[in-house]
Amino acid sequence: MKLVTAIIKPFKLDDVRKAVSDVGVQGVTVTEVRGFGRQRGHTEIYRGAEYAVEFVPKTKIEIAVDNALVDQVIEAVMKSAQTGKVGDGKIFVFDLVQVVRIRTGERDASAI
Amino acid sequence: MINSARWACLVLLMVVGSGAWADEVPGGTPGVATPAAAAAAAPTEPYLTSVDKISAGDTAWMLTSTALVLMMSIPGLALFYGGMVRKKNVLATLMQTFAIVCVVTLLWWLIGYSWAFTPGSAFIGGSSRALFNGVAVMHDPVNKVSVSHLATTIPETVYAMFQLTFAAITPALIAGAFADRMKFSAMLVFMVVWSLAVYAPIAHMVWEPTGWLNAAGVLDYAGGTVVHINAGIAGLASCLALGKRLGYPREAMPPHNLTLTLIGASLLWVGWFGFNAGSAGAADGRAGMAMAVTQIATAAAALAWMFAEWISKGKPSVLGIASGAVAGLVAITPASGFVGPTPAVVIGLAAGVICFIAATSLKHALGYDDSLDAFGVHCIGGIIGALLTGVFVSKEISGADGSVLIQLKGVAVTLIYGFVASFVILKIIDVTIGLRVSEEQEREGLDISLHGESIE
Repeated sequence: MKLVTAIIKPFKLDDVRKAVSDVGVQGVTVTEVRGFGRQRGHTEIYRGAEYAVEFVPKTKIEIAVDNALVDQVIEAVMKSAQTGKVGDGKIFVFDLVQVVRIRTGERDASAI
Repeated sequence: MINSARWACLVLLMVVGSGAWADEVPGGTPGVATPAAAAAAAPTEPYLTSVDKISAGDTAWMLTSTALVLMMSIPGLALFYGGMVRKKNVLATLMQTFAIVCVVTLLWWLIGYSWAFTPGSAFIGGSSRALFNGVAVMHDPVNKVSVSHLATTIPETVYAMFQLTFAAITPALIAGAFADRMKFSAMLVFMVVWSLAVYAPIAHMVWEPTGWLNAAGVLDYAGGTVVHINAGIAGLASCLALGKRLGYPREAMPPHNLTLTLIGASLLWVGWFGFNAGSAGAADGRAGMAMAVTQIATAAAALAWMFAEWISKGKPSVLGIASGAVAGLVAITPASGFVGPTPAVVIGLAAGVICFIAATSLKHALGYDDSLDAFGVHCIGGIIGALLTGVFVSKEISGADGSVLIQLKGVAVTLIYGFVASFVILKIIDVTIGLRVSEEQEREGLDISLHGESIE
């Protein structure tokens, strides 16, 4: 099992949700996050006072998937979140040691 | 212990205030002239008149204006300022304006109205209207009502309430300069003393015929000097007395919600029709002209600030256009019953550009932390308006003569008296109960540390 974590542009969230649903993903967790990468931040000016906004708002999606589905999910996220411009984000894949469904106590693959 | 000291201080102020007027009351009962005397010459003090001398049209407009000007403070100014502070201080900022309106209302009833708007010395009015004594409405068969000598076709109740809304918004404007760092208790004490020791005398000097600046011919239609220069210079005194916000100017302190600020600025603009056109004291031609020039000058100033910013900083900002509108409203205030539409455009353009420079470059160059630009917008805008009133005053519209030199006298007196008195009051509060919150409270935010609440 893997945990696929993707950092994407916030306005791409709906496209990504649809794309991963289409390849069979049953659930995702979404968090609003801030960070910086190659996109860098921007400058805001309020009555002449300039502030460098160094952390850009992004959306983080976490998807737990069975090994068989990993490549398809990565592909789906990549295609749906891509604009081709700097700041499209990244995908991190982690090994997932255990999954438990709280309601039933099911474990691992059947709990995903 | 600290709490009781605070309250003792407040009560003491009340007693000092009441002692001052109690001396004068037994000296006679000024304020109610005989009807014969009133008919013979222009009235010089409030008097009783027959209800049929009241104009329904004037009264209706002045009731409306009073509500409009109250709306400028709550919620207008509260939102304008509330949107500009950081999220941790928004409730504290809204609370300041709301509490000031409440406090000033009671002070106005207690003595403020009397000290400002009844005849007295050259510097301060008499005490005949303390506790609204003599502000009367007498039912059939007497059928009389008291009126102010400054607005003889409306009931004195309406005039007093209209002027109350000015007395309330003026100290609330100061709060923009010391946002994010003043103790609420110290702010209340400051506003009590300031309203009685600075606002009432300045209003009297400029607006009441026995006041020396009024007698000298200083023109201030709706409060460019009394309200805006006065509040702005007190703002400068308070940001100097308090010092800079922690982290200023190193840390980022962007406004947390400019939607609130734009709504606030819009409410101020709408309410300002009551402020300026209401200062006619009547529903007449001059009120109409005051309304027209208010709209025109404000639009010119908003665009002037916007384009100045666009050219020098690269983008036309929401905060910029809103700030420009307020600068224009401020600058046209003293001029509104005196000038025509074309001078209004000039006044607006001047206010937009000069206040932009004051709030963006001057402040950073001089290094004081006027958090929300109470000085840069209200004092500078008020001075521009006061001086240009002397340049553009139209005898045809107003019947008045003016000169830049006389206007300059009004400006200088207000700047000097306002700054010195405000600074002294603040320093006394500083050594008695302290002006500023602790460093920890300031970091945590005033919402939680002073009021025990937060917006999320």
